[in-house]
Amino acid sequence: MAIIYILWLRQIKRFFRSKARIIGSIGQPLLFLVALGFGMGPIFEKAGEGNYIYFLSPGIIVMTILFSSIFTGVDIIWDRQFGFLKETLVAPVSRFKIVLGRILGGATTSLLQGVIVLIITIPVGFRFDIAMLPLALLFMFLIAIFFTTLGTTIGSMLKDMQAFHLIMNFLVMPIFFLSGALFPIEHSVGVLEIITKLNPLAYGVDGVRGSLTSNFYFSAGTDLIVLFIASILILLLSSYIFSKIEA
Amino acid sequence: MIIEVKNLSKKFKSFTAVDDVSFSVEKKDIFAFLGPNGAGKTTTIKILTTLLKPSSGEIILDGCDPVKNGNKARYSFGIVFQDSSLDEELSAYENMELHAVLYRIPKKIRKERIEQLLKIVELWDRRREAVKKFSGGMKRRLEIARGLLHHPQILFLDEPTLGLDPQTRNHIWSYIKELNEKEDVTVFFTTHYLAEAEKYSSKIAIIDKGKIISQGSSRELMERTQTDSLEDAFIKITGEDIRKEDYSAVDRMRQRRKVFKH
Repeated sequence: MAIIYILWLRQIKRFFRSKARIIGSIGQPLLFLVALGFGMGPIFEKAGEGNYIYFLSPGIIVMTILFSSIFTGVDIIWDRQFGFLKETLVAPVSRFKIVLGRILGGATTSLLQGVIVLIITIPVGFRFDIAMLPLALLFMFLIAIFFTTLGTTIGSMLKDMQAFHLIMNFLVMPIFFLSGALFPIEHSVGVLEIITKLNPLAYGVDGVRGSLTSNFYFSAGTDLIVLFIASILILLLSSYIFSKIEA
Repeated sequence: MIIEVKNLSKKFKSFTAVDDVSFSVEKKDIFAFLGPNGAGKTTTIKILTTLLKPSSGEIILDGCDPVKNGNKARYSFGIVFQDSSLDEELSAYENMELHAVLYRIPKKIRKERIEQLLKIVELWDRRREAVKKFSGGMKRRLEIARGLLHHPQILFLDEPTLGLDPQTRNHIWSYIKELNEKEDVTVFFTTHYLAEAEKYSSKIAIIDKGKIISQGSSRELMERTQTDSLEDAFIKITGEDIRKEDYSAVDRMRQRRKVFKH
């Protein structure tokens, strides 16, 4: 436990010491929230879909968690370049504990950023049921775990940051756009519908939005089960890949 | 024998970094692993410390095979790397503490030893500063202090004293010597300061172009080559020509960047 804890703590310390990162992580969602919320809001309402801020806010919270989780996961590349990775790789500690400590730490910091954005949505006009907050936080945490692990898995396979843009454009952005974060997914058809249903983030968005606005597309149970199983699977994959790492 | 290496080879695509190397180290030895740049020293250490998988050959490290049973082997050794492996965002003290936890040093000993070692490398007064603010020499000193924190069976030191002034080198070596004598720690080190190898090592192996070309105590090597310093013996054994990787700071950086890119 001490080992997982100290590696968790390391991620937390690194997060709080990087002021630019905190500001950046909150600036972008805020921009999205204001620009999209007030720009697209009237159209959304005219189409008879209701209050767009209510729809969008959970999506932006999830977006924050998605991006920060991927970033903190892929951070492992920097650890490799600065050499710190070696320090953990030669330690007499199971690689699973190392990777778990990292992931829990990274996921905690992205959950924190999600919570900050959640608070920011209130002055913008978002209202939610406080009693449902714990369930929403659980969903946010599961999203953070899944995507931090995904980032870590990708980061363990890459040797430098050059392939990172490729991953952002061809993996992370599609995951984001086809998750229902910005627009409803119930109108998607054909291939898009299949992709959406295979996208773990769609269940994350639904979970957070459903619990905050009591408007589920799937259901709380389905969302929980899918996210939980997906997280377990990616954790297994990640610890396998991490155990094969050479430096 | 605490380290036994038989017919070890490591190939990177067409390049053979380590070529059919065999040697052994006895418990409590201070074993110097010498060679020009690019000879295969660091690759050998990386294989011994489970960071790389060998292409072929056998290794026994404290009775256990690091290739098959990496996790168990990692209990028996400690290592100071040639290049940085610190977390630059953390303070000096935090880096030490993290290492202590990873190596399960009991809390009581932890504090004492961190203080003692940081004082030896003269970083105690700056223990709360982030490592990224440190100069190259300070980082090096911290790295060594951290490597000495837990007292392993075998201590690997890959050019530990590179770029340090004679005073610090002296302090560090007397600490290593003490570890060796009091706690029977076996030391396996590489260095380009041949005087260091001559003074402290009990046994030497010289590697060049991936092959071990000479082994023995420093006196034996000098007798064999009829020279009166290890430096001369080394040059006589490995030849006069300068290796591709020249030894300037800029080249070292380039070399490191190359390593990053792979």
